[in-house]
Parts: sequence; structure tokens; C-alpha cells
Amino acid sequence: MSDVTAPMAGKVIDVKVNVGDTVNEDDDLIILEAMKMEMPIVAPTSGTVKEIKCKKGDSVGADDVLVVIE
Amino acid sequence: MLEMVLTTGVVHLTIGNLIMWLIAFLFIYLAITKNYEPLLLVPIGFGILVVNLPLTFLMQEGEGLLWKFYHYGLEWEVIPPLIFLGLGALTDFGPMIANPKTLILGAGAQFGVYVAFFGALILGFKIPEACSIGIIGGADGPTTIYTTVHLAPHLLGATAIAAYSYMSLVPIIQPPIMRLLTTEKERKIRMRQLRPVSKKEKILFPLVTVMVICLIVPASAPLMAMFMLGNLFKECGVVKRLSDTAANELMNIVTILLGISVGATMSAEHFLKPQVIFIFIMGLVAFAFSTAAGILLAKFMNLFFKEKINPLIGSAGVSAVPMAARVSQIMGAKYDPKNFLLMHAMGPNVAGVIGTVVAAGVFLALGR
Repeated sequence: MSDVTAPMAGKVIDVKVNVGDTVNEDDDLIILEAMKMEMPIVAPTSGTVKEIKCKKGDSVGADDVLVVIE
Repeated sequence: MLEMVLTTGVVHLTIGNLIMWLIAFLFIYLAITKNYEPLLLVPIGFGILVVNLPLTFLMQEGEGLLWKFYHYGLEWEVIPPLIFLGLGALTDFGPMIANPKTLILGAGAQFGVYVAFFGALILGFKIPEACSIGIIGGADGPTTIYTTVHLAPHLLGATAIAAYSYMSLVPIIQPPIMRLLTTEKERKIRMRQLRPVSKKEKILFPLVTVMVICLIVPASAPLMAMFMLGNLFKECGVVKRLSDTAANELMNIVTILLGISVGATMSAEHFLKPQVIFIFIMGLVAFAFSTAAGILLAKFMNLFFKEKINPLIGSAGVSAVPMAARVSQIMGAKYDPKNFLLMHAMGPNVAGVIGTVVAAGVFLALGR
């Protein structure tokens, strides 16, 4: 199981996956916006999306868990 | 009949006016279609256009409308410090406080300022002119304007346009230099997540900084004092109205006056001179050297620190906020998509603004 955390405070502007999706390493999971810049948060490993802890429009802090991959 | 024709501007048009019209249209075009610094290029472009309409006397000393904006806004030192008030209210110094080493990078990236200063002296510019040209390398528009108005007001149009042009060209100028000076391994260095910064630290920062810097470089006081006041508004949490006004409405108002005043200094007889080309060249030299110095300094620091710095954040020491930090992020993510340098790069980026203001203070003391 691995937690995907926010590398910095920002706003979630897109969630690219659904619970149950199979993802490969480096696939985009979340698009985070900080300093007017969009940054993809990618999967650290291949696996299945177990849980999504944020939704589009959420403001998140650094280290908040965004997605859990199994 | 002839007399009536002579009172129109048409017969007084010069080739220079027409060239300036083209420059004005180019700026407005770039702003609208390419979104290049539109908040500045639209009023600057319009200012250039109207000041090159003969017999309007908009820049007539003591009478012209735009002269009044220029005189009371820029010559009286009102507008650039008010912009700094707004910048202070918009700036988060957290990344720099969390990693104070980045202050060194912000200072190091001022190297190009001094290179361009000496370069301009060699090209035959006088000391006050060379100071105004050198400061372009800090990539900070309001500081460049403030310094030039004091030291070499006849160069204002050229230095302001050079500073803002290079700021918007950051994503084009910096990456080749960054690639040239770093190895792939260095570009992939991951940096530890920044520690959280307490509210107390953030409140103390502007107070301590304004005292320390103004005691060491008193000539930087007008810009530094307003910059730190704006930041105190933001961080203290009890004057949200003032902080919002400084960062939004007031900033917008002074941006309008700044843009049109800068544009108004660009009449054909003032702007179309060979020295303007040298100013643009020296500005680019300054910018390139600042970028390189920041990167090389980060590599040098890595020789001594156990925790390595990704040298790509060194280039963010030029104070184009947050463009330079974004470039660091984009370059880093290109080589390792899991690497997030943005917040690390904001440290040298905001430190660079302080560094440029200090450099301006030194120049103002030197050039007077």
C-alpha cells in the first residue's frame, strides 16, 4: 500500500483516476495547482487505486494524502 | 487654410514617430494575442502611441497630462514603492525562512547585475547610467524603474522595457543555460520537503529584515520598507482589508499609472538612439550571468553541505517571481516527474527580490 501525498500546498484542479483503476508507475493521478502552475502528481508505483482522499476544487496542504494505491 | 493644416499633427509627423507607432502596436499585439505581460504592455504600448502623436504635448513639462503622471508618480518616487507594498502583500517568504541557505542563492544571482554594470562602463556609459543598466539583470521591473528615474531618467523607457522583456522571456533564456551548466544526475537531485514555518516566524521576518537591510544599505529603504510593510500586512492576520487593498486595487491603480508613464517616456527623439541597442544587449548579458551564477553557486554549496541542493533552483535567484521558480520546476520535472522543485525554488526567487533591492541601494549610493 502506498500513500500519494501532496508535495506542496495547492488546489486540486483535476482527478484523473477512479477508485478501482489500475495505474502504472508515472501515470498522472491528480493535477495540482500551486503558484498559478499546474503540476501532475504521478503514481509512485504500479497498482490499483484503493482510495481517493480529495476531490476537484479542494485546497490541500503539503503532505496531505491524496490517493492510496495498493 | 494652410494655417489650419499646420495646427494638425499630421504635417509634423516624423519617421521616428511612425517607427514608435509600430513598436506601440507590437506591444499591444503581443499583450493581446500572446498574453506577454498584458497588464504592463497594454498601458505602455498605449502610452508610446499617444506620446508620438505630434502637438499633443502630453509630456510637456509642467503641463502635459502624462508628464504629471510621470513627474508625481515616478520622479516623486511614489509608484515603485507602492508596487513593492503590493508585492510584499503577495509574497510568501515561508520557503526562504524554511531553508535560509537559499538566501545565498538569491544574493549570488545578482552577479549579472555587476557584470552588466562594468560592461556598460566599458561601452562608454557614465556611472549612473551603468548602474541603471546593470540593475536590469535583477529582472525586477519596479526596482529598475526606481533606480533609473534617480540616476539616469533619460534611459527610463529603454531600461524598463528591457527589464520587463527579459522577465517575460525567462522561460526562453534560462533553460539552455541551466542545461549547459548541470549534469543529468544533478537535475534529478530531490530535496527534502520544507519544514512548516510558524506564524511567529513569518511575522518577525519583515520586521527583522527591514531593520537589518536598512541599517546596512540605507538607500534601499524606500523600496525595502514598503516591501516589508506589505508583507507584515499579509502575515500579521489582523489587517486583511489593508493587505487585500495593497495586493489588488492599489496595485492595479499604480500599475496603470506606471505603465502609461513608462510608455510616455518613449517618444521617438528620446528612444530611437543607438545606445538603446547596447542597453538591450547588456540587459541580456546581465540576465544570463545572473542565471549562471545562481546555478554555479548552488553547485559550489553542494561541495560543503551534506544535504544537496538541486542546482536548477539556483537560477530562480533572479527575481522574476514566480516565473523563474516555475522554470526550475518545469526543468526538474522533465528529468524526474516525481521531483517537485517549485517551493524549493521560491526560496531563492523571493530572496532574489531582496537581493536586487539591496543591489539597487548600493547603486543609488554609488551613483548619486
